[in-house]
Amino acid sequence: MKLAKKLALGVAFAFAALTTTMTTAASAADMKIALVVKSLGNGFFEAANKGAQEAAKELGGVQVIYTGPTSTTAEGQIEVINSLIAQGVDAIAISANDPDAVIPALKKATQRGIKVISWDSAVAKEGRIMHLNPSSNDLIGKMCLTLAKNHLEGGKGGFAILSATTTSTNQNTWIGEMKKQLKDFPGLNLVTTVYGDDLADKSYREAQGLLTSQPNVKVIVAPTTVGVLAASQAVKDAGKIGQVYVTGLGLPSEMAGAIKSGATKEFAIWNPIDLGYSATQIAYHLVKGDTDAKPGSAIKAGRMGSIKVGDNGEAAMADPFVYNAKNIDEFSKIF
Amino acid sequence: MTDIVSSKRVIPDRLGSKTSRLLASWEVLLFGVAVLIFVFNSFASPYFLNAWNLSDATFNFTEKAMIAFAMALLVIAGEIDLSVAAIIALASTAMGAAAQAGIGTPGLVAIGIGTGLVCGAFNGLLVAGLRLPSIVVTIGTMSLFRGISYIVLGDQAYGKYPESFAFFGQGYVAWVFSFEFVLFIILAAAFGVLLHATNFGRQVYVIGNNEFAARFSGIPVERVKFILFLLTGVMAGVASVCLTSRLGSTRPSIAQGWELEVVTMVVLGGVSILGGAGTIAGVVIAAFVMGLVTFGLGLLNVPGIVMSIFVGLLLIITIAIPIIARRIKEMSR
Repeated sequence: MKLAKKLALGVAFAFAALTTTMTTAASAADMKIALVVKSLGNGFFEAANKGAQEAAKELGGVQVIYTGPTSTTAEGQIEVINSLIAQGVDAIAISANDPDAVIPALKKATQRGIKVISWDSAVAKEGRIMHLNPSSNDLIGKMCLTLAKNHLEGGKGGFAILSATTTSTNQNTWIGEMKKQLKDFPGLNLVTTVYGDDLADKSYREAQGLLTSQPNVKVIVAPTTVGVLAASQAVKDAGKIGQVYVTGLGLPSEMAGAIKSGATKEFAIWNPIDLGYSATQIAYHLVKGDTDAKPGSAIKAGRMGSIKVGDNGEAAMADPFVYNAKNIDEFSKIF
Repeated sequence: MTDIVSSKRVIPDRLGSKTSRLLASWEVLLFGVAVLIFVFNSFASPYFLNAWNLSDATFNFTEKAMIAFAMALLVIAGEIDLSVAAIIALASTAMGAAAQAGIGTPGLVAIGIGTGLVCGAFNGLLVAGLRLPSIVVTIGTMSLFRGISYIVLGDQAYGKYPESFAFFGQGYVAWVFSFEFVLFIILAAAFGVLLHATNFGRQVYVIGNNEFAARFSGIPVERVKFILFLLTGVMAGVASVCLTSRLGSTRPSIAQGWELEVVTMVVLGGVSILGGAGTIAGVVIAAFVMGLVTFGLGLLNVPGIVMSIFVGLLLIITIAIPIIARRIKEMSR
């Protein structure tokens, strides 16, 4: 009996497979651009989606599919990529959870005629046509150090880095840049680097640990939205506002409270709306065949102007933007 | 003294007919659910009924299902192994290190499966040898095995696998049938025979139903349990070979959270979490159900969080239906 059931299942599967092998030829009224993010339910990516929708409206005849896994895993993203290949989308713009593990799936997408680019968090060279950085990594590293310096009296003192996971591509690149440029900031002293895994509770505990066990740390620099928010909360809860400052990369809407409480004087982030907008613009022009995005070429990206593709097929969108008490109210409404 | 109240009990003089028993069985119910999902998906998305798309969809569950077969036996015997995902990570790290050192594909496969075997033996030794509770032991080894991967790799990745190694996770045996899918079918058959047609399989059921009685019947309980942990470790090793080959790279966060998905598959397949009951056919169908649900919803671009809610509901509903049906039957008597 069990065998019969198994056979029935197999037959059903085979039947389905046999009858319809050629249904992918969908009537492509709209160009379908998939915006694949690290995980859903993250304010940063919601804002990027807003920008992507804006670009779609502007360009016309474009449908943006905003999707991603529940947790930040490469396996989850591969499942998403497989379903996008199945739907026959025209382009995939991905912020990768792992620069290498998604490559086989993306290569398959490329083989089936899908234009693949990465943005925000890069895919290694062989998996995509080009990568759009929100800013250049050296500028972000420099910005983080400048922020730390601005919070310290006379620009001198110790700071610690609260990062995401040990495997986060973005954060590791920026930390590398910060270490490299530390020589340009003679007063600054990097005490330690801790990892909060981009989880609110773990980041909070790591920040607490810094507050209790590292008296030399006067500024916590968190190059991740989850970390910077959790650290500000930890500083506030420990009653150390004014003694220890928190800065880094955060979302204005989440950081408004920290600015008001004084745990943070200023922080930076690029505009994720612009990033989603530019990624969609670039994907559109690739599908249209207006550009091949080879190193050295320039791609028109609507209101963001022309974006130049540099070495390794990487492009930088703009400088990170500093938010403080003066402009936080305006931007916290947007993202 | 008050009157003795006697309740009326009915003891059936015979069980229902073979067909009615079959129709009420878990596997048939689950199969019905699978067919429903299949039909629903076919109507909901024009891309669902496509051989290559369905073939791609099988990758969503084949690796997890391979482990689920061994896990089913373990759960039937009243034990559990929560370290399987961590074993995948450790085996993958071992293979990555070996590949870096220039070892060829056959050697890598042996190292991957061998690592699984050693990890399984370690779990088995602690549970069967020292008689520690398996849930505690494997929660511990879960951190231990993955911890070793993190120490070895940190934020680095291994990526230099030989080209022929890609076959296990990306190769096709014939037409749309991937190596992983064919292996999944072969393993399903092998575990089906092992559980349902051998003395060993009977012993697994007996241990799960009544370990005490099993001991008195001369069943080598510890040895059977040790072998089951060994098997689970080996299957995690096999899954690791497939997954590593599919990803073409290793990071210590590989297969994060898979242990719960594997256990979900086993429970959805009708294996009693208390031990003593369950079939491999149920697990096979459960694997398809989970694969079809996630792929079908993925085609409709349903957000992942809604997908997990859906799988959770599916699990609760399929578990609740037979219990509710039995209650109704009892009340109407």
